[in-house]
Amino acid sequence: MVKLTLQDVQTGETNTWCPGCGNFGILRALQAALVDLGLPREQYLVVTGIGCHGKLTNYASVNGFHGIHGRVLPVATGAKLANHDLIVLGFAGDGDQFDEGLEHLPHAARRNIDVKLFTHDNKVYGLTTGQTSPTSEPGYKSKTSPTGSIPLPINPVRLALACDASFVARGWVGDVTHLKELIKAAIRHPGFAFVDILQVCVTFNRVNTYEFYRDRVYKLEDDKHDPTDYRQAVVRSEEWSNRIPIGIFYRKERPVYHAALPQLAKQPLVRQLLYPPGLDKLVNEFT
Amino acid sequence: MHDRYSARHFSTSSRKAQRHLRSEALNKWTEWQPVVRTDQISVLVGGEAGAGISAAGSLLGRAFLRGGLHVFGTIDYPSLIRGGHNFYLLRAASQPVYAQWDTIDLIIAFDARTIQRHKGELVADGGVIYDSDQVPAESPDLPKKGIQLYPIPLQTIVKAVEGAPVVRNTVALGAAVGILNYEFGLLESVLRETFADKGTKVVDMNQRAARAGYEHAQKQRTSQFCCQLSPTAETPSKRILLSGNEAVGLGAIAAGCKFYAAYPMTPASGLLHFMIAQAERCNFVAIQPESEIAAINMAIGASYAGVRAMTSTSGGGFCLMTEALGLAGITETPLVVLLGQRTGPSTGLATYTAQGDLRFALHAGQGEFPRVIIAPGDARECFDATIDAFNLTEEFQLPVIILGDKQLLESDLTADVFPTDHVPINRGKLLPMQAYAGPQPYLRHQYTDDGISPRLAPGTPGALTHTESSVHREIGFSDDSADTTQRMADKRYQKLPKLRQALTTRPTIKLYGAPKAPTILVGWGSSKGAILEALRLLNDDGLSFLQVLYLEPFPTDQIRAALKGKRPILVEGNQTAQLGSLIKEYTGITIDQKILRYDGRPFFPVRLAAQIKEVL
Repeated sequence: MVKLTLQDVQTGETNTWCPGCGNFGILRALQAALVDLGLPREQYLVVTGIGCHGKLTNYASVNGFHGIHGRVLPVATGAKLANHDLIVLGFAGDGDQFDEGLEHLPHAARRNIDVKLFTHDNKVYGLTTGQTSPTSEPGYKSKTSPTGSIPLPINPVRLALACDASFVARGWVGDVTHLKELIKAAIRHPGFAFVDILQVCVTFNRVNTYEFYRDRVYKLEDDKHDPTDYRQAVVRSEEWSNRIPIGIFYRKERPVYHAALPQLAKQPLVRQLLYPPGLDKLVNEFT
Repeated sequence: MHDRYSARHFSTSSRKAQRHLRSEALNKWTEWQPVVRTDQISVLVGGEAGAGISAAGSLLGRAFLRGGLHVFGTIDYPSLIRGGHNFYLLRAASQPVYAQWDTIDLIIAFDARTIQRHKGELVADGGVIYDSDQVPAESPDLPKKGIQLYPIPLQTIVKAVEGAPVVRNTVALGAAVGILNYEFGLLESVLRETFADKGTKVVDMNQRAARAGYEHAQKQRTSQFCCQLSPTAETPSKRILLSGNEAVGLGAIAAGCKFYAAYPMTPASGLLHFMIAQAERCNFVAIQPESEIAAINMAIGASYAGVRAMTSTSGGGFCLMTEALGLAGITETPLVVLLGQRTGPSTGLATYTAQGDLRFALHAGQGEFPRVIIAPGDARECFDATIDAFNLTEEFQLPVIILGDKQLLESDLTADVFPTDHVPINRGKLLPMQAYAGPQPYLRHQYTDDGISPRLAPGTPGALTHTESSVHREIGFSDDSADTTQRMADKRYQKLPKLRQALTTRPTIKLYGAPKAPTILVGWGSSKGAILEALRLLNDDGLSFLQVLYLEPFPTDQIRAALKGKRPILVEGNQTAQLGSLIKEYTGITIDQKILRYDGRPFFPVRLAAQIKEVL
């Protein structure tokens, strides 16, 4: 246990998010979780994609890799396999993860790679100035759906459940303390953890506002939900009306990917000697 | 006028021109060819896809290798799994061989189509081993006059030795050894080791089958076959037979590659199979992810976390990787990529060769960032280039691309046993992971005299490391100021003088043949093999060969010096003479005479020699 203060987990970089942006809630929850967990900051790696969320690596004072659009999970997966002592946290936007990077979600989930994925789900493209996103609600009007969005939105929680993610949760930026606890639970979960975070874009999304969520969210843990029951989790995930559930939908422990690799049993790759055992013998197999 | 699209080159694209050249070349070759051949052989093993053609060819090749012979084998196959026509061209000789041969001495045919399609390539006194259970003696497919026919009842023999149907191939290999009067024990030993992990039953069955085929052929051998091969005096073989993919894989493992991710794509899948097979025993992680995009991003993540990492693909997959190549560029994350070229554009010919991606590799990715491109031309160069790729990528913190192709990566190549001690390792400015002791805060992209910053793996106590795909300051946080943008761009290119200096100790170019020869062939990559063979065939003091091995940074001075006062002839496996255009760009030298092949097939020595003669 190391003693960390909130100041320790801030970089001091000038923040360029819009005033009132939901990202502040996510950053605060993450920083509070880091303080609570009391582990050395060097042990964490944050990987982000492209979008407003991506600047998180500039503000959270842990190791940070800000990659390209949609590729949070593969970068995080590679880093985790190279050094499984790292606590690898991925942060992605809804466009980043559910449009451009959608292909990686089922695979990270079925591998049960020990990476935690948090999606900043504000249901709009912010940094490219307000286009419709894959989680925008039907009828949502923007520059790219001026008469209202036609397709059904992706339901991230139900999607993660369908992908067999071993930990599926939803938080919201209006309750930072609750979100902090979800982040801690995700970090403590052995294996792939997915947390969809209902975020607010104060500049471009006039539908899914603080008020919209405040009026609707309720906590699963206050509503007799059993997170070990997959079918119950699926039923809850389909709830999106006057009541929107937040909290842990589902968790199940199952073997994590790196633990199945005997070559990682003793120590992480990054600490192993470069020179491979038995190279000479291997070459001579071609005689 | 730019010469790149000039019609003056000696393209051999049209089928008519190819046919003409082929018959011309073969006529010349019969003049060159000795009557009795004890020093070399060219064998074609052919049959349906899925019939184990490549494996059979490789087995025979290894039996030749163990007798001290040099071997080259290459598989020609369409992109399908069952049916269709596959053939493996095997060459063995007492002197080094670098390419498949134009003519065939012996056909081992597992179906009638093989005989029908290839009998025209047989030398006048060549032979055909075929399955007489399948092809009747009166079959019109069989060649007439002069050709020795060896009908072997393969299926009957398989039944007699109680073998599985696939053992038919082994019977035929035994028969081939019998007809060539080669040492049967060498085939036996290869079979024993190849099937060892399948258990003694499988080994015994194969050995019985091979012996039955061998004895059948010995009985049938009425007169001596045109080729009689004997093991050389050398014992035991100090040479290895392996594909370019395997040579790259051994290089990667020797260099301490700890993370490898790749999505299957011909012709680079062989490396994926090899790395997956070796990962556990050699202590590294190899993974087949969901796409090439995932593969390269995983490799970048692993490399950022401090291990040597690699990915591989072919052109289509490399298209998907280009965005992340730039990510490695701007984050200065070490990364090795094997790009196995095949015929394009788009799907092109999935299983045929090309050298069409040189310009693509050179310019892949938006914006500007330095990179290294190495194009090995034989097995040992694959091994060395891969080791060097890992050293250069870590020392200079920029991506390194190894450019191979189907001909190099999927052919079986002979090399002296690779040295495994004293593998040079240079991790550049990677800091030790125990604890960070440098100035605070640690600056991942610190400005330095040589443009290379100290690199720190995340998880090192005492420091945090940040990097960005956006333009960033030294600490690795984004910064869009004009000053930082330009300084960081300059920093990345500031590595070039030191990189160029480092390359002076590398074989960026290689010269073969008489140094004073007035005419010089110019080529790169896999075509090296056929060029060396053509040189030997022409036996002309007036000819030499310049191989360009390191294509970026371009070895301008070395090439200028090598071409000075000479008449160059370009030999490339592409349509637009990409190396020729680079030589023009960097040295100002225009190469007017070009031999370009872009029909998916590799260069063949005799035909190439004839083309060179035509140009001369």
